[in-house]
Amino acid sequence: MINSISLTVNGVRRDIALPDPRVTLLDLLREQLDLTGTKKGCDRGQCGACTILVNGRRINSCLALAISHNGADITTIEGLAQGEKLHPLQAAFIEHDGFQCGFCTPGQIMSALGLINEGQAGCDPERIREGMSGNLCRCSAYAGITEAVLDVQRTLAAEKERRVA
Amino acid sequence: MKSFDYVRPASIPEAVSAASAPGAAYLAAGTNLLDLMKGGVSRPDRLVDVTHLPGLDRIEPLADGGVRIGALVRNADLAHDASFAKAYPAVAEALLSGASAQLRNAATVGGNLLQRTRCAYFYDVASACNRRVPGSGCDARQGENRLHAVLGWSDACIATHPSDFCVPLVALDAVVEIEGKGGRRNVKLEDLYRLPADAPEWETVLEPGDLIVALKLPGDASDFAAHARYLKVRERTSYAFAIVSAAACLRLERGSIAEARIALGGVAAKPWRAHEAEKVLAGGAPNGETFRRAAEAALAGAKPSGDNQFKIELARRIVVRALSLAASGTPERIPALPASPFSSVPGALHDA
Ligand SMILES: Cc1cc2nc3c(=O)[nH]c(=O)nc-3n(C[C@H](O)[C@H](O)[C@H](O)COP(=O)(O)OP(=O)(O)OC[C@H]3O[C@@H](n4cnc5c(N)ncnc54)[C@H](O)[C@@H]3O)c2cc1C
Ligand code: SF4
Ligand code: FES
Ligand code: FES
Repeated sequence: MINSISLTVNGVRRDIALPDPRVTLLDLLREQLDLTGTKKGCDRGQCGACTILVNGRRINSCLALAISHNGADITTIEGLAQGEKLHPLQAAFIEHDGFQCGFCTPGQIMSALGLINEGQAGCDPERIREGMSGNLCRCSAYAGITEAVLDVQRTLAAEKERRVA
Repeated sequence: MKSFDYVRPASIPEAVSAASAPGAAYLAAGTNLLDLMKGGVSRPDRLVDVTHLPGLDRIEPLADGGVRIGALVRNADLAHDASFAKAYPAVAEALLSGASAQLRNAATVGGNLLQRTRCAYFYDVASACNRRVPGSGCDARQGENRLHAVLGWSDACIATHPSDFCVPLVALDAVVEIEGKGGRRNVKLEDLYRLPADAPEWETVLEPGDLIVALKLPGDASDFAAHARYLKVRERTSYAFAIVSAAACLRLERGSIAEARIALGGVAAKPWRAHEAEKVLAGGAPNGETFRRAAEAALAGAKPSGDNQFKIELARRIVVRALSLAASGTPERIPALPASPFSSVPGALHDA
């Protein structure tokens, strides 16, 4: 019987006992690993609050069975800042008022990171809004969220241009 | 969630044998199955995890010019595969109009095909539902049924099949490759699903243990690449299931329609191929009048199953719109709002 897995979580390898196979990645992070930055909104794939990166791709951790993800490399919101230095997306969310109560914010930021990695949206606000539609915000900070993602995308695009030039 | 045994087979035969036991279910990404298990709608005794099976995550060309897509290819990876999206743009657009980026990153091809209906009474274990508990009745008949079926429904069940992906796939004659206890077989996707009749619990022709290993598109499916669209009406612009959707694929020759493919989503318990509409279009001129006649033919057998008369005219209009958009040419790049009737593609009228 399979009753343990190992994961790399924010760069640290973790061997985890899973005597009960019903545990989702979300519950594992929050309840076994004390990483409560990842939020549980709906627990049914409908809100995006639980978004994390698995092997660099954004997914809803509430609909992912932990035991199925043996060997995965996981990044959560706790893995973004370097010490006191915020990740550019975190800084941009503050700069552009990308939140009010903050409950959806970890999911929004992880989703935005996934969106940037996917490289499909570029600096088109319509594509960014569409690409971020899997993250609901009850406070409706959508305008600020789009601005924040756009800002980071523009900075990255400018940096890329500078490197090429 | 009820407890279950978890097994992780190393090969396809091992998987088939593990899943042939009563109460066993395959687990792919789990974005539909886990949701159903949390609600007590699905209560498997054993989960057979297929996500670690080797060789099922490839997109391969076939000798006839078609393509074979492994059952574990993720929805997002298929939609963003440049050569796939170029050859089958309506399929890529349908994929990108479904769910959210997070869900598409996880969801597999096989899981998408076999996702269950979103009928709210099916999801609510306190309600009567013939599909969930055979013979218990159907609370949707007297309940909230604005979004239920207008084609192919029965007194026993009026649910719809929710997949977007499957709609252009049935239009393009997709075939499902299945491995079961008796070996491998091919089934046309259109024939994979069963209409409810008097046994709605029997949703597909699959037998216990049957594993979808791949999906295939035949060589001629890419002949429509220059004129192919998917259009989906939702209650919000994104991250919502279809009220009604349509895939329209045309092959134009010297200004007239040489061949057409039409399928509808959100209208029946299966992705609905509109063969009669295709006959109306063949040989016709690609104009509004022909498209309206085709739409009439596509919905000829439709009847409301409740508060949903509006879906019939909505479906006709979406067929006309999808055909008009297809005739004007597949856009260079999938629109920013995939499949949306509100996308700012030149020439699209929002109130057509
Ligand atoms: C909030 C939300 C919104 C959504 N919106 C949309 C939408 O707009 N459009 C849309 O089309 N979909 C939508 N979906 C559904 C989504 O597309 C499906 O959940 C997904 O495609 C299922 O794939 P999976 O790999 O997660 O399957 P799973 O959940 O793992 O499995 C689904 C079913 O298929 C069976 N199965 C899986 N793989 C195989 C196989 N290889 N052989 C045999 N049986 C198999 C399982 O046993 C199970 O019964 C939405 C889902 C959610 C949660
Ligand atoms: S429409 Fe079908 S799925 Fe919905 S409650 Fe009735 S029997 Fe169940
Ligand atoms: S908690 Fe996972 S999507 Fe809402
Ligand atoms: S900031 Fe409150 S839910 Fe988004």
